[in-house]
Amino acid sequence: MADSQTILEMRGIGKSFPGVRALDDVSMMVRRGEIHAICGENGAGKSTLMKVLSGVHPRGTYEGVIVYQDEEVGFKGIKSSEDVGIVIIHQELALIPELSIIENVFMGNESTRLGLIDWTTQELHARDLLARVGLDVDPHTQIKNLGVGQQQLVEIAKALSKNVKLLILDEPTSGLNEDDADNLLGLLRGLKSKGITSIMISHKLNEIAAIADSVTVLRDGKTVESYSVEAGKVDEDRIIRAMVGRSIEDRYPAHESHIGDVVMEVRNWRVEDPNVPGRLVCKDSSFFLRAGEVVGFAGVMGAGRTELARSLFGRNYGVHLGGEVLIKGKPVELTTVSRAVNHGLAYLPEERKTYGMNLLDTVRKTIVAADLKSILSGGLLDLDREQMVAEEYRRSVGIRTPSVDAGVSTLSGGNQQKVLVAKWMFPNPDILILDEPTRGIDVGAKVEIYTLVHQLAAQGKAVMFISSELPELLGVCDRIYTVCEGRITGVLDVADATQEKLMRQMTTLSQPANH
Amino acid sequence: MKYLKQILGGDLRQFTMVFALVVILIAFNIMSNGRMLTSQNIMNLLVANTYVLVLALGMLMVIVVGHIDLSVGSVAGFVGMIVAMSSSELGFPWWLAILAGIAVGALIGAWQGFWLSKVGIPGFITTLAGWMIFRGAVIWISASVSRPVPHELRTLGSGYLPDWGRELTGLNLPTVLIGIVGILVFIYLQLRKRGRQAKLTGQAAPLGPTVIRLVVVSAVIAYTSWILASGNDGTSIPVPTIIVGALVIFYAILTQRTTFGRHIYAVGGNRQAAALSGVSVPRTYFFTMFNMSILAAVAGILFVGRATAAGPNDGNMWELDAIASVFIGGAAVTGGIGTVGATMVGALVMAAINSGLMLMGVGQDKTQVIKGLVLLAAVAVDVYNKKQGRASITGTLFKKKGGAGSDDVAPIPAKK
Ligand SMILES: Nc1ncnc2c1ncn2[C@@H]1O[C@H](COP(=O)(O)OP(=O)(O)OP(=O)(O)O)[C@@H](O)[C@H]1O
Ligand SMILES: [Mg+2]
Repeated sequence: MADSQTILEMRGIGKSFPGVRALDDVSMMVRRGEIHAICGENGAGKSTLMKVLSGVHPRGTYEGVIVYQDEEVGFKGIKSSEDVGIVIIHQELALIPELSIIENVFMGNESTRLGLIDWTTQELHARDLLARVGLDVDPHTQIKNLGVGQQQLVEIAKALSKNVKLLILDEPTSGLNEDDADNLLGLLRGLKSKGITSIMISHKLNEIAAIADSVTVLRDGKTVESYSVEAGKVDEDRIIRAMVGRSIEDRYPAHESHIGDVVMEVRNWRVEDPNVPGRLVCKDSSFFLRAGEVVGFAGVMGAGRTELARSLFGRNYGVHLGGEVLIKGKPVELTTVSRAVNHGLAYLPEERKTYGMNLLDTVRKTIVAADLKSILSGGLLDLDREQMVAEEYRRSVGIRTPSVDAGVSTLSGGNQQKVLVAKWMFPNPDILILDEPTRGIDVGAKVEIYTLVHQLAAQGKAVMFISSELPELLGVCDRIYTVCEGRITGVLDVADATQEKLMRQMTTLSQPANH
Repeated sequence: MKYLKQILGGDLRQFTMVFALVVILIAFNIMSNGRMLTSQNIMNLLVANTYVLVLALGMLMVIVVGHIDLSVGSVAGFVGMIVAMSSSELGFPWWLAILAGIAVGALIGAWQGFWLSKVGIPGFITTLAGWMIFRGAVIWISASVSRPVPHELRTLGSGYLPDWGRELTGLNLPTVLIGIVGILVFIYLQLRKRGRQAKLTGQAAPLGPTVIRLVVVSAVIAYTSWILASGNDGTSIPVPTIIVGALVIFYAILTQRTTFGRHIYAVGGNRQAAALSGVSVPRTYFFTMFNMSILAAVAGILFVGRATAAGPNDGNMWELDAIASVFIGGAAVTGGIGTVGATMVGALVMAAINSGLMLMGVGQDKTQVIKGLVLLAAVAVDVYNKKQGRASITGTLFKKKGGAGSDDVAPIPAKK
């Protein structure tokens, strides 16, 4: 079967975890020099398949055959797959924030002379690599000072430094804004022209449509389809049908809004960056949310939307300089998170592993974590009730896990996100702040989350919906604020809003706030 | 293996530790020609290690929350001296002296909690300072001289229950009674859990494993009670052991069934996520440290009660025993993992090794070396298993026994 055109063939791959058959007889073939997209629902086994390929799950822990460059291989670990040119960039970036670009790029792979690190060679090499990925910053910059998009480029530079032949990217653009994502896709095309093969996992079908040469669709740990496509002419509906086993009519389900009174109003909110004195991340932000309303917050990455949300949520971020919050017309002091929760706020954070959950916990403990009070009986936690609640949400939110006693670290990325949605639905808040709630979530689950959001709104809750995807905002929200560099630059009713208008307001500061 | 798991009922780790403990006890019993499992020796073992058990309870919580307390030995010594001196110098009655000791422990706890939670000095540093401060303070206030403690404390530190029923049965009846109550409560709780589970999931768990579990645990409780009840005249289950038992139950409930307990695990597992869930991280830190020092006070009081005098060097290095117990019990250095039960068994494993080696005439020097190696080995097995994506010590131990150990409990993410 395999010929010299084929760089990689995986045959009959199977992999089990306790209680889960994550992969079951998956086969796929990757041609030399192509961009091969892998799609599938959350938990379909995409990341697991790539971990098998790259040796994260070492040989012997899975079944099946991997043929790479006409040789049967099985890797002991990442190091041994890297030796033959297979490099994986994980769903969560693995750079060390306190170290410089150079140090990160050559981490574990340092050039040495006489046993000492040869900084000159490394720097030259690093500059060259950064030029190849089109990143124009000083290689001595610390990673923490880079945006997510730039960090992603550093990861690729790191891969290039290892002489990569087959680059695996697990949801590389899920954390990027449109510009950065386009930039990254462009870079992949460039690498392709230099003969580097890429495998890309993505939930963003438009990206796949734009650059993929082949598509493999997984469902429930099995290959459903695997076929070549022509970039630019990909049938998204076919992919969706293969992924979820049915076609999704409406990616943004219709809903009826019943908008009530103002529930929360924020006036002249001013917050300073805790690390950079004098730098304001929220500049006199004023806005309001009404009952039953889904209010979008559009902006590019780093516009200050997360900072705004977290500073409102019990001053969890930044130095509060001024401004007030009114809930149902009354001024409130939300100085701690628990106070904010008691006033009916909920905040679903953007980076789920850092801010969202305790990875050591089980699903059931995570779901009730934000509202332990309501499972207390006689001063003690009622574990039966906890289990009941967890089972209930597992059903209603559609969390895929063998048991609510499973650790959240064993769930796929999308399912972890659903656990977090459940966690914040449980306290029954009046005001839900959702920060990129659909990041890394598959098409079907997105629709489920939108439907949930609308159900919550229909119950009279106000929803603050932060997202970097404009189509999503336009499809889900009733009203959209635009944020640029910490300032709210405008607000549009969804009926008047278009991507172009939002884009313009998101990137120009001059627009006065008008509401 | 699956059957075995059903018998153990999910709590694999704790049961494996118990299993290891039983193996150690039996092995030493054989090697020492039956001198290990005598009433006298078991009582000694329990009483002599009271302080470790008490300290380990608090240390577990400190380690779970992500810190460490190096000062507990000094605090225990200091409080012991306070109790002794407040009765010998100030003439306090014994109960007032105890209260004074506990109060001083609470004050010290508040002091350390303050530096950690309000000022943000890591627990390691705060308590390293505390270790020096309170060791210095004992020597200072006592002028390096030992002081007698009120003899009433003896009951607390090494006393026995009234010896009823000895003439009739040759056993200490109160001890037997405690054993019977223990077994009944265990059976009741297990059956209730099973019934509820059946109601929740709609299907009853298979009866076989439950019965086996009930029989095995009841047998262990019965044997232990018998050993403790059948000692010399006038002996019974030691009073300090009853105190420890009560504390263990209290802290097991505190850690597993209260919001504060959940908060400790939440903060230790992911501080930022905990904060965003409405947990007050400083408060959690404060009360964890506060509680630790109170337990250190209790340990100090029980110790001087047994020793009948408080000396300036009491409590030296106790922190290390407590910390070792917690880690042998499978807690994670990075916080978020560990249970009261496993910690207690960890402490008993150390105690059993100590006592067994002593019976065999091994000197303190070699004992120390062996204990160090045991600590390393226990934690190494844990680390290795986590890397393999298996759960803790359990998998390996069962594998040695011939079962497949690779598929229990949820694995912990190896590294990121
Ligand atoms: N270490 C693990 N232990 C137990 N189960 C696991 C582990 N890793 C993955 N799984 C399970 O394997 C299945 C596939 O997970 P995987 O992460 O491959 O999904 P995915 O397709 O990448 O999903 P997503 O789009 O959400 O990232 C899931 O059911 C998941 O719960
Ligand atoms: Mg994934």
